[in-house]
Amino acid sequence: MIPGEFTYHRPSSVAEAVAILANHGDEARPLSGGHSLIPMMKLRMAAPEHLVDLGGIATLKGISEDGDTITIGAMTTQHELIASDLLSAKLPIIGETSRLIADPQIRYVGTLGGNVANGDPGNDMPALMQCLDASYVLTGPDGERQVAARAFYEAAYFTALAPEEILTSVRIPVPAAGHGYAYEKLKRKVGDYATAAAAIVLTMNGGTVSMCSVALTNVADTPLFASEAGQILTGSTLDAETIKRAVAAAEAITQPASDGRGPAEYRTKMAGIMVERALARAAERARS
Amino acid sequence: MSDIEQIPVTMTVNGKKVQRFVEPRTLLIHFLREDLNLTGPHIGCETSHCGACTVEMNGMSVKSCTLFAVQANAAELTTIEGMANADGTLSALQEGFRQMHGLQCGFCTPGMITRAHTLLQENPNPTEDEIRMGISGNLCRCTGYQNIVKAIQYAAAKLNGTDFQEAAE
Repeated sequence: MIPGEFTYHRPSSVAEAVAILANHGDEARPLSGGHSLIPMMKLRMAAPEHLVDLGGIATLKGISEDGDTITIGAMTTQHELIASDLLSAKLPIIGETSRLIADPQIRYVGTLGGNVANGDPGNDMPALMQCLDASYVLTGPDGERQVAARAFYEAAYFTALAPEEILTSVRIPVPAAGHGYAYEKLKRKVGDYATAAAAIVLTMNGGTVSMCSVALTNVADTPLFASEAGQILTGSTLDAETIKRAVAAAEAITQPASDGRGPAEYRTKMAGIMVERALARAAERARS
Repeated sequence: MSDIEQIPVTMTVNGKKVQRFVEPRTLLIHFLREDLNLTGPHIGCETSHCGACTVEMNGMSVKSCTLFAVQANAAELTTIEGMANADGTLSALQEGFRQMHGLQCGFCTPGMITRAHTLLQENPNPTEDEIRMGISGNLCRCTGYQNIVKAIQYAAAKLNGTDFQEAAE
């Protein structure tokens, strides 16, 4: 399996990279970790004539905190997300999710930016970013704009990102200290995409849920922000009846494909089970 | 012949500096095997699942079937050919694989040993679970992994100067 021919570009700044993309339009693709794009190129399902390697742009790496927001550079690898003390302290759900992505070798190379920008519904970070209400910073020839993760995904591999734009960073509002969280992923084996997965972040106040956010992975052609499920849980004491209603609301928005991971009905049901399990673990972890 | 421009690359492979011109689409595994004649890293699945092509790049384990050689420009690479001790004797890991029967057909072994090398650099005293998760990107169809885990435990013990206790079956 050998990819088609392309001209290789290795810009050293975002401006230079954007200029190359703008110059070549649809014929150019940015390359971050390459663990989605290179397999597609080997299968000739992608055949960009110009490949713009973002690996030489130092400003696209790193994790920083500014007030209530954590900003993660697009080229930060899954391995670096797991190793980050700042994320472990403030946003531990990110490392928990990264550990469930692919395998160690791929996590050394695969990046957050690539994972969220590619638009593959099997990727785990998009639903997590919707759960956390993250924004993506998109840089194009006319400067920067921000798009909420919850508004970014249009269909499988179709997103709000324009061909001449690069997703340069992800901005995440830091959840309240003591928040509960869990990412539950059902998969057939290490390295597999989710049969279904759920991300939950919640805060508790004296046994009552004061905030709850739910999102789902790989049970539709985009990640799903389950706003109704979150609303049902907010204000509740997580009694069995409320949980049942929230799970039903989450299941109702799924539209999974029937494939090797199971028939659609099964995957919908598993999405509900992942919500239930994530909720139980998030509630246990939350400090009232 | 293609009219795509060849790109100069320089890297340090197993301690030696190499310079070549490569076509941008050349995968690192093909560069290592065909340009440098380093056929230790194997081509297994070609889809980044099996780990047989694993090499060490700048202290990280990577699957060389899913990287372009141009992405490894200026990198330091170690393949199984560079794993033995400087005097040519077997490294602790190689010795562990030999003593513990950590291979049968041997196809996955170069990837397993290079991956385990990075794992022990990061975590010199891993638990059995950490070893199993650490090599979860490397498939073996012969051993059932039991003896590979023991081989890595053997190497960890040897490098740490502690006694290796073979776990009860």
